[in-house]
Order: sequence, then structure tokens, then C-alpha cells
Amino acid sequence: MVLVFAESQKGQFKKAAFEAVTYGYKTAQALGTDCAALVLGTVNGTEMLGKYGANRIYHIADSSLDQFDSQVHATVVATAAQQLGAQVVILSHSMNGKAITGRLAVRLNAGSVAGVNSLPVVEGNVLKVKKSVFSGKAIAEFAMNSSVKVLSLTGNSLPPEEVGGAGMVETLAIPVPASRTTVKDVKRIEGTVPLPEAELVVSAGRGMKGPENWAIVEELADVLGATTACSRPVADAHWRPHHEHVGQTGIAIRPNLYIAIGISGAIQHLAGVNNSRTIVVINKDPEAPFFKAADYGVVGDLFEVIPKLTEAFREFKAQS
Amino acid sequence: MKLLVCVSKTPDTTTKIALSADAKALDTNGVQYILNPYDEWYALVRALELKEAQGGTVTLINVGPVTNDAIIRKGLAIGADDAVRINAEPTSAMYVAQQIAAFAKDAAYDVIFLGKETIDYNGSEVGAMIAELLDMPFISYASHMDMNGNIATIARDIEGGTEAVEVHAPFVISAAKGLAEQRIPNMKGIMMAKSKPLAVVEPIAVEEATSLVGYELPKPKSAVKLIDPDNMGELVRLLHEEAKVV
Ligand SMILES: Cc1cc2nc3c(=O)[nH]c(=O)nc-3n(C[C@H](O)[C@H](O)[C@H](O)COP(=O)(O)OP(=O)(O)OC[C@H]3O[C@@H](n4cnc5c(N)ncnc54)[C@H](O)[C@@H]3O)c2cc1C
Ligand SMILES: Nc1ncnc2c1ncn2[C@@H]1O[C@H](COP(=O)(O)O)[C@@H](O)[C@H]1O
Repeated sequence: MVLVFAESQKGQFKKAAFEAVTYGYKTAQALGTDCAALVLGTVNGTEMLGKYGANRIYHIADSSLDQFDSQVHATVVATAAQQLGAQVVILSHSMNGKAITGRLAVRLNAGSVAGVNSLPVVEGNVLKVKKSVFSGKAIAEFAMNSSVKVLSLTGNSLPPEEVGGAGMVETLAIPVPASRTTVKDVKRIEGTVPLPEAELVVSAGRGMKGPENWAIVEELADVLGATTACSRPVADAHWRPHHEHVGQTGIAIRPNLYIAIGISGAIQHLAGVNNSRTIVVINKDPEAPFFKAADYGVVGDLFEVIPKLTEAFREFKAQS
Repeated sequence: MKLLVCVSKTPDTTTKIALSADAKALDTNGVQYILNPYDEWYALVRALELKEAQGGTVTLINVGPVTNDAIIRKGLAIGADDAVRINAEPTSAMYVAQQIAAFAKDAAYDVIFLGKETIDYNGSEVGAMIAELLDMPFISYASHMDMNGNIATIARDIEGGTEAVEVHAPFVISAAKGLAEQRIPNMKGIMMAKSKPLAVVEPIAVEEATSLVGYELPKPKSAVKLIDPDNMGELVRLLHEEAKVV
């Protein structure tokens, strides 16, 4: 059986959970086995995972699991995997997923690959998977030959697909160990989709000249329903908050659409964004390196181009 | 406080990636290696700050071949007291974690620092593995850390925010941007680093379940389509009809 840990936040599944279940369903098909999902803590609508291909949904509703502790979560997931006889355990390569993938590999004596972005290939007892490495400059393939395998799926690398009906929900009685950490406080940026999960991103760099000019970027993002991001010098100069900083030293994202405004496209910036599905670059310098990584380019002054683009999106939204 | 900082070697981001003829390895000709930035800029510097505030020692550990000594010396030049190199080619996250855990097991470190991930493979697995092997709490993606006696309050990055976590030493922590400010080694540091102890330890045997099969290069991106800046309607149409992203 393939067991998927379906992550939730504040009682709701994240999109990453549906992606992981879709991935688990397809992996189970390739192995000729069933796909089950594991849900921890207080979560609503657990049966909806059935739509994405989970034959069974195991729910451990203990509310102490609402607070994340990598040790506690990994222990519970590993115990469930052992009880249920899982051959493959799938997680999201999210912040919490990253904190437990390695622990699970240890507990389950399993081979592991973190951050895969395509479906596995089955060769007897061996599972082969690929991931993007060296800032998107190469793809590496790994083989796992242990009896249990652990892998985590990079977000936005395969769309969730509805394939089934309602799943059967069962409660699972697994003791939850005491946590040795205490969550004191959680701060969330309200209102927008967090950057790591955003499908549409509008990002701007030093070409903006100063923080006072950002209104046009925010307006474009608003009309599109996109999340805003920025280059490193912009965050370093405190023109924009640090959580917007993308790239090698900031966060890596792979949205469906990345619009880069007044960003030169230095390799360290590209390292965090070049896995985006579609890249639009707006820059007044036709020689800017970013154009080499772009799908669509506009050579022009951003202060003229952005309002026009915003207007064009507004018209498009009004029609559709 | 006894602090251990795990440091790894990674190709510089600007490196051009080329493959060996059989595509089973990197063509390392001309590849420039650096200390992984998260290890050097944030993990190591936060450890040094703690030592400066409360006393103690900062030890570097790396699993790697003798050619890594140069980058390990850089960590010593920045201020670590001593270093250990486990003399083996790191073949997987599990291999690395087993070596480090075996070394740290009876050494009573208060805090084990790592980078949040290496910038070549971005696995983010080693820290969690060490914590599991040593039965310790693990706080990942830390962007702020206060230490009061043996109690730490740590801000860890989560999707779209941060979480403040309290934990007692000993624990394992992985460093993200914000945990500290990068330090550039000065001449005195570089001179002193030459005589700081760098112990070489032979690896333990580890059974490996994950192996690298090989690499491929991504398909070259087709040339950019340039759109007239006065025709943004056309760009929107292409994004809708051709790219299908809006
Ligand atoms: C180890 C290391 C790690 C790094 N990590 C990161 C990282 O994580 N993320 C990151 O972003 N950078 C990172 N950098 C920095 C990176 O190398 C670049 O310096 C940075 O990305 C440049 O930011 P920028 O493109 O906003 O600014 P610039 O390079 O100054 O580019 C500004 C661009 O705006 C254009 N422009 C100016 N005015 C206009 C206008 N009116 N209309 C249209 N276009 C205009 C210019 O033509 C230019 O191309 C790192 C560097 C190092 C050494
Ligand atoms: N060969 C190594 N030797 C010592 N520490 C390492 C090694 N590889 C990885 N690490 C540490 O583990 C962290 C996370 O690496 P990874 O899990 O490979 O992304 C790095 O930032 C380092 O702190």
C-alpha cells in the first residue's frame, strides 16, 4: 500500500495535500496496490481526499497533533505506516514535510528522496524518481531499493486530479507521544496566498527605483489575484518585507506564472524561480540576462508598461 | 555551551553544469566549490554569537574527502574553534547523518546547527535524520533564535508566516536567512585558522538504500517571445490561450 500524509493547516487541507494524494494514487497504480491517506489532528472534510484517489482515509483526530512537532508527527506517521504495512510513504516537500521526511527515513529504515517532481518508475523492488538539482540546471535520478521508501513531492509539480468518489474514513488508534517543544505563537501574513503556494506571482526588483513606487506592482498583483515577491537587494534595502525575497538565499518557488519586473535575472535570482511554468520579463534593457530564461518578454520602461498590463488584465477579467 | 555546526560543500551557484560522458556524474572540471551559504552565513555565525555571549566552543563537522579541507579552513577563519572531517565521500543524506550522529552521540553537544538545505540538491533531510538518530527535538528553517540558559525560543519559517517554538537543549536546529548576519573572515582569522585543529575521523559502515542513478540536462528553453510594449492585450491573450496560466 501507498500511504500519503495529507497535510493540513488550521483544520483545512492544503493544496499540497491534494497534489500528494494524486501522486500517491498514481504511484499505487504503478505498483498495483491501493492508496491510503493519513490525516492528523482536527481537520474538516477528510472524506474529500477520496476524490483524489485515496481508497481509505485514516484519521487520527487527537487535537494535540494540531501543534506541529517533527518528532511527534514523524513517530505517529511511522507507526501508522508500519501498522498498515505501507511500502511507500509520500509527503509534501513543505516546511513541515521537510522537517519529518528525514526522520521517517530513519524510523522506517527506508531509502528516501526529498523534493521529487515527477512520477516514480517501478523496476521490481526498486523505485526510481527524479528531481531538479543545481538550481534547475540539471535533473538527477535516484533509485531506492529498501522494502519501505519515503519520498516528498515538490509543490506545484503535478496538478491535483479528481479520479474517485468519497473515500472511506476510519479512525486509527495510535498513541501520540508527548512533545518536547512548545509552540508559543504563530504569525501569518493574512490576505494573500503564501508565496510558496502561489500559482501567480508578480515580482519586482531594483528597477523600481524605490519603495514608494510599489503601488503599480501591487495593483497588478491585485487585479491578477497574484502574490507579490521581490529580488534580494530590494529586501535587503527594506523596500519590501523579507518574506517576499525569492532566489537562492530567499525562497524557491515554482508558480504557473512569474512576472519579473525590473529584475536583471542574476543566476542567484533565477535559482529560486526558473522552475516556474511560464516566465514573463519586463525590462528596459534588451540585454538583461532574464530574457534568456523568459517565455514572454517586454522591452520597455516598467513605469509605462505595468499600468498598461494591469489595464489589459482588467479588461480580460471583465470579459471572462 | 558545546556547539556543533554541520557544514557542507556545494558548487557555487554560478557554476555551469556539465555532465560526464556517461551522465552518471558531474564534470567537475572548472567547478568552484564553496561552503554551503546557509551553513556559513547563518548556522555558523549564530553559533559563534552564542559562544561570544555565553562562552563555550564551536566545532565544525564535515563529511567529505581531503579536498574539502580548504573550505573547512574558511569556517575556522570565520571563527570556529576546531573542526572534524569524516573522511568519506558523502553518498546520500542518510550516509551523512549516520556519520555525524555516530560522532556526536556521546559528545554531549548542547546544540547541533545545520543549514536549512544545501543549494545543490535542496534535500533538507540531514538535520531531521540526525535529530531522529540522536532522539532530539529538531527545529527547522529557523530565522531567529534567542537562548536563555538552556532554553531556546526560535522563530521557524512556515508557509506564509513564522511559528515561535520553545525548546530545551540539547536540540538540532537548521538555519534560514535572518538567523544571523554573514561574516567575512579577516586576515587575523585566516592566519589563525591555519593552526586550528582539524581532526580526521574514519567513517562507520552504513547500509545504503538510496543511490544516484545519473543526471540529465533540462531541455533548452525556446527563445523568448517579445511583445510590443504598446500591445499588452496581446500578452494577456498569449498567457490565456497559449500558456494557459490565466
Ligand atoms: C551568494 C549570493 C546569493 C544571492 N542570492 C540572491 C537571491 O536569493 N535572490 C536575488 O534576487 N538575488 C540574489 N543575489 C543577488 C543577485 O546576484 C543580484 O545582484 C540581484 O538579483 C539583482 O537584483 P535586481 O535584479 O533587482 O537588481 P539589478 O541587477 O540592479 O537589476 C535591475 C534591473 O531593472 C532594470 N530596470 C531599471 N529601470 C527600469 C525601468 N524603468 N523599466 C524597466 N526595467 C528597468 C535594469 O535594466 C536591470 O536589469 C545573490 C548574490 C550572491 C552573491
Ligand atoms: N557532507 C556533509 N557534511 C556535513 N554536513 C552536511 C553535509 N551535507 C549536508 N550537511 C548539513 O546538512 C544540511 C542540510 O543538507 P541537505 O539535507 O543535504 O539539504 C546542510 O546545510 C549542512 O548543514
